[in-house]
Amino acid sequence: MSIDYASKIPNNVDLDQNRQLQRALEHWQPKYLEWWREVGPVESHSSEVYLRTAVSVDSKGWAQFGYVKMPDYRWGIFLAEREPSRKIGFGSHKGQAVFEEVPGELRSTLRRIIVTQGDTEPASVEQQRFLGGTCPSLYDLRNLYQVNVEEGRHLWAMVYLLHAHFGRDGREEGEALLERRSGDADKPRILGAFNEQTPDWLAFFMFTFLTDRDGKYQLAALAESGFDPLARSTRFMLTEEAHHLFVGETGVGRIIQRTVEAMKQHKVEAPDQVRALGVIDLPTIQRYLNFHFSVTLDLYGGEISSNASTFYAMGLKGRFDESKIDDDHVLASAEYKLLDLAGDRLVDKHVNAQLALNERLRDDYIADCQAGVDRWNKIIDKSGLPFRFKLAHKAFNRKIGTFAGARVSPDGEVVGEAKWTHHAADWLPTAEDHAFVRSLMGRVTEAGKYANWIAPPARGIDNKGVDFEYVRFA
Amino acid sequence: MTTSVVLPVLTRQHLIDPEICIRCNTCEEACKKGAITHDRRNYAVDAERCDACGDCLPPCPTGAIDSWRRVEQPHPVAAQLGWDALPEEITEAASGAAPMPQSVVEMVKEASFGQGGPAPPPWSAAHPYVGLYTPDRPAEATVVGKRRLTGDDSEVDIEHLVLDFGKTAFPILEGQSIGVLPPGATEDGRPHALRLYSTASPRDGERPGSNNLALTVKRVTRDLDGKPVRGVASGYLCDLEKGDRVRVTGPYGTSFLMPNHPGAKLLMICTGTGSAPMRAMTERRRRRLSRGEGGSILLFFGARRRSELPYFGPLMKLPKELIDVELAFSREPGQPRAYVQDRLRGRAQDVARLLSDDDAFIYLCGHKRMEQGVFEALAEIALSHEIVWADLKQRLRTEGRLHVETY
Repeated sequence: MSIDYASKIPNNVDLDQNRQLQRALEHWQPKYLEWWREVGPVESHSSEVYLRTAVSVDSKGWAQFGYVKMPDYRWGIFLAEREPSRKIGFGSHKGQAVFEEVPGELRSTLRRIIVTQGDTEPASVEQQRFLGGTCPSLYDLRNLYQVNVEEGRHLWAMVYLLHAHFGRDGREEGEALLERRSGDADKPRILGAFNEQTPDWLAFFMFTFLTDRDGKYQLAALAESGFDPLARSTRFMLTEEAHHLFVGETGVGRIIQRTVEAMKQHKVEAPDQVRALGVIDLPTIQRYLNFHFSVTLDLYGGEISSNASTFYAMGLKGRFDESKIDDDHVLASAEYKLLDLAGDRLVDKHVNAQLALNERLRDDYIADCQAGVDRWNKIIDKSGLPFRFKLAHKAFNRKIGTFAGARVSPDGEVVGEAKWTHHAADWLPTAEDHAFVRSLMGRVTEAGKYANWIAPPARGIDNKGVDFEYVRFA
Repeated sequence: MTTSVVLPVLTRQHLIDPEICIRCNTCEEACKKGAITHDRRNYAVDAERCDACGDCLPPCPTGAIDSWRRVEQPHPVAAQLGWDALPEEITEAASGAAPMPQSVVEMVKEASFGQGGPAPPPWSAAHPYVGLYTPDRPAEATVVGKRRLTGDDSEVDIEHLVLDFGKTAFPILEGQSIGVLPPGATEDGRPHALRLYSTASPRDGERPGSNNLALTVKRVTRDLDGKPVRGVASGYLCDLEKGDRVRVTGPYGTSFLMPNHPGAKLLMICTGTGSAPMRAMTERRRRRLSRGEGGSILLFFGARRRSELPYFGPLMKLPKELIDVELAFSREPGQPRAYVQDRLRGRAQDVARLLSDDDAFIYLCGHKRMEQGVFEALAEIALSHEIVWADLKQRLRTEGRLHVETY
């Protein structure tokens, strides 16, 4: 299924067959480019970046590599191939043909899902726009830019759905997506985590490991959707999203690798001595992990959610890997175990599984994060050092849901305000931690050179060497 | 009656490197054969279902998917799910690879005699596998392509033969050779001796990613003294049909290999079917041209006449930025006789520049009788630039920059 690159907007949805939609999107396109130039990566517009661009959505054309100036990147609309005779896989319409149009009574809620998902895409570009100034290598700079252009592409995916299926309301939402700004007091992005700063590369890698993984789970749940254009759109986005998770997991992994090497070489373990070597001490990395993990858990919403229940019943948003789960896919009488706060104790509670779908998705996400953290620990294991990274308890540092405002330690102990205050600096990154990490952030732009605080990657992109000139500056 | 089939000794198994994989599921999503599966810990490839189509490779963000091992028995999925790292590649000793047959050792020595002694490979050459398959345990390949390279009007018969190894691992590099075991026996009942042929394909096959290689085979009708003979191996190969099976040994060769570092330059001098390794190296370079790794190729290629020059058509279509070609025909009607050494002299400035460039590597392949003329021309060119050829030749050889294979 090849992509039409001759059109103003590259697409594989026969855009030229629908003049009205084509005109609407061509009207939106310059505004998008203006947004990119205004709040996209700073000082990047004339650099040539070794990026991958899809020329078709099948595996052969999926990853074409070449130098591109980012404002010339061919953003467009790519949907995964249609599965003929696909059926709705869950909820009360299970077994019926998938929807090609939005069911009337669900228009506003579905629009909300798409807008919320769409809003995160430009938000992360805005959050990361200054990172290029402190890149640890050309390889990392290129990976950052690849993430950025693909987040931009994801915005296109969502705006296409809004334009194609939600009429005037959809078009207005498309405009608003370009008007909100991450961290702006007057017109902030919709979700909290997307108004936080991404001040340094450790934060960026944590964000791509943890917060982009939320993106993966949300997209995967939507890829099960009975609303077929949404399913096909998100399915293709998932392939792109994998690169973002890769950047995060290997980025943090390489930082750990470098720290561990320095600790072994100089035979030091105390954090201040480790910092003196110009690398990031492991407890600081743990505190960053605690912070990014806990704020990302909030993105899944409340434990009990009637909205999530309705979406499921209507076949719009499934569970992670819905089609691979062995049950009735209706969940009318199934139960799900979730955690509740009873005074100063955490207790199990059983609720209807359809009401607990947010929690189920969060739990699947946590298991995936745990597997990644286990892989980081293997890097430390190889060195023989005793340190282990731990994923914080899911009740730790939450702002949304049952545990909002509760004082729970990373180990899952309900603690009083006093103990919380006493330990906060052990559990969450402090201003001093941020200042230290920032102090390491120089700018390394010589091909093959890597900042002292991060190890080179095991292999390059597209079988290139780690010393390849991934970005050429004008 | 059924004939016994030689089972593949080693197969090439597609695996996922658990140390690099980030468990993103794009490979499983991309695999239409349902060959990829996972549990909480790892992703794994089911060897029964995987047909190495490569659909899963581009979407992988890490490259972990592009992992392959030669195995006697495929690793089952259950074992892969428990891995922390890929298993070691089977070493030649562990795989039972025998030392090279004495006949091969002698043939290689004879062929490289002109370079003046053993030469190491270029410093940036890839590690070659040697002797994985022996006359006792040969690999079996299938003829999947065959075409005559010489003109119909030519009395010389040179065939382009494509041998496919299916699921049998046969890792081979440009410049390496294979042994062909002709069926049958001599009059006194001994099996026919194996014959060596250089691969004419780059390491990743005739088409990128295929497990096959091409040979350039000239039907031998006269011996070195010009007496009529019937070449056993060449006659056998030239008469093969598509679908026929061939018993193959090797690979062989640890010296006549190409450099892999960016900017490496190649000076290639060949005649007739001596073009096979040159074609392999050139095609390797052509496939990587878009990477902009630099490095020139200067080719001197001789044949009796145009219609007997293997790969003449494709050679003429290669882009100028890839290769600079000088052809020499010694029996072209209506033209004065020209030999590769004449063309070398005609490009003396360029050749001299390459002789004194540490990044230049020289390859000579073809008839024994061209050797002397070529070395004389090189010596002349060297001398005119105040370089003593004997010293330079010795240095080129010991630095792995001069490789000769003549027969």
